Amino acid sequence: MTIVEKILAAHAGKDSVKTGEFVNVKVDLVMAHDLTAGIAIQQFKKTGFDKVFDPRKVVLVMDHYVPNKDVLCAEQNVLLRDFAREQDLVFFGEGKGGIEHVILPEKGMVLPGEVVVGADSHTCTYGALGAFSTGMGSTDIAVAMATGEIWMKVPPTIKFVYKGKLGKWLGGKDLILYTIGQIGVDGALYSAMEFRGEAIEGLSMDGRLTMANMAIEAGGKAGIFPVDEKTRAYLNGRSDRSYKAYEPEEDDEYSQIIEYDVTGLEPQVSLPHSPENARPVSEVADIEVDQSVIGSCTNGRLEDLRVAASLLKDKTVHPRVRCIVIPGSQKVYLDAMHEGLIDIFVEAGAAVSTPTCGPCVGGYMGVLAAGERCISTTNRNFIGRMGSPKSEVYLSSPAVAAASALTGRITDPKEVTE
Amino acid sequence: MIKGKVYKYGANIDTDAIIPAKYANLTEPSDLGKHCMENIDTEFAKKVRTGDIIVATSNFGCGSSREVAPISIKGAGVSCVIAKTFARIFFRNAINIALPLLECPEAADQTEEGDELEVDLSTGEIKNITKNMVFTAAPYPDFISGIIEAGGLIEYTIKSK
Repeated sequence: MTIVEKILAAHAGKDSVKTGEFVNVKVDLVMAHDLTAGIAIQQFKKTGFDKVFDPRKVVLVMDHYVPNKDVLCAEQNVLLRDFAREQDLVFFGEGKGGIEHVILPEKGMVLPGEVVVGADSHTCTYGALGAFSTGMGSTDIAVAMATGEIWMKVPPTIKFVYKGKLGKWLGGKDLILYTIGQIGVDGALYSAMEFRGEAIEGLSMDGRLTMANMAIEAGGKAGIFPVDEKTRAYLNGRSDRSYKAYEPEEDDEYSQIIEYDVTGLEPQVSLPHSPENARPVSEVADIEVDQSVIGSCTNGRLEDLRVAASLLKDKTVHPRVRCIVIPGSQKVYLDAMHEGLIDIFVEAGAAVSTPTCGPCVGGYMGVLAAGERCISTTNRNFIGRMGSPKSEVYLSSPAVAAASALTGRITDPKEVTE
Repeated sequence: MIKGKVYKYGANIDTDAIIPAKYANLTEPSDLGKHCMENIDTEFAKKVRTGDIIVATSNFGCGSSREVAPISIKGAGVSCVIAKTFARIFFRNAINIALPLLECPEAADQTEEGDELEVDLSTGEIKNITKNMVFTAAPYPDFISGIIEAGGLIEYTIKSK
């Protein structure tokens, strides 16, 4: 059995499971956020359950439109806070947490071999830790909150093998944009994506979280990484719960095995209006931008801010560009401050925000006007995603977004460092 | 029996196209319906009539997990969506809120904007009245049929409690 099949079998109380089989699995953690919890709570109330199955395993994160962006949010968020208090849920409000997919791994709330479901499509992020995690809608999450179980169809697994070593300024974002560019936004529809190979072993945990985060952008149900010494080092000191790391085996059955040699790969940029429009940065290097966003559940971790700061240090953001830096969590914010990264951003002329999903979903904190272009480390560049349906979003790594903030056009980081 | 006029879209219609996130905290299905598809088709919400049908090609509903996407389609009055394939989260969400989905590549290929369709959900038969053609959608797996027959996931959960 593949890693994913082993995890699902263990949580379904079975010795084995097969691709396509419907199983009811026990969940280790259920998550919702301020945009999805409202419907989940309404639906939970209809189930007739008074209490959630385990308040320590149900997490509510306020991150999309907080601090409250308008009166409607403010009023809905009152209901969410009340529900969290009544049910004694694990709750992260403004100033206490940050973006859900940054804080749950950071706080040791997800461990290898666990099953996590969340009312957010990027819940697949935790596959970086060797957990099976997947996004669902609010009604599914309401049922998981009530019963601690949810139905799943066991997905086939596609194995991606990345040979070679990544060059300077390249990371997990370039690998995942390249992969989606190759297979398309439905290239892994209904499937789990297992990431393997030399380039993956060389990736940091932050880089792996970025890759797993965007499995959904290829239609994937989950992304999964084998647990290695880097995973164990990351988990060290974050949790005292025990965990089981499931290993891949020689005879695992995959629906496809796809190999890439990433030697000499250029930084990748996905053009509007789809993540599958990935191009080498050299092909798009004359496109002018009005805004550069560095942050989000995809690229709002400490390593991302370090890379951006190393490029912005002692330099000034291009006069036309609004550079917006959003640390993904309170801890990332604090660590960045202690390392002097926040000083670098502010001195370069960037706007630094409290953790929020804000501009990624076109909510606030960097919404685009018609005709404007943004280079962004976020995960989606659909029509109207960041504001006006006539605006454009180009997806990239923090290195490319920072380099582009300096020049005012899409730029290879090596151009501003050599 | 469902009968309605077709609104035809292409591949990878994402949830931001179906309902932009700025409306994601509206709660009334009819309010959501007023903004359905507005990022890619500003006329859709004005033109669509109760019972009409959306037909698209592959990966319909990709992107976010927002349940307001199928709710807005239902709120706009659409009776069912026919596509070659659906994105998996959207598929679960639609089943859970009882918006019927039919996977039928032949119907998706051969149906055009404005065609009149008649759909029998119990058999999966899709009749294109305009073109005088008949297609059959793949049946749901038994497990999914169980949820639909119960009236959605909440009702299914109450029943199996």
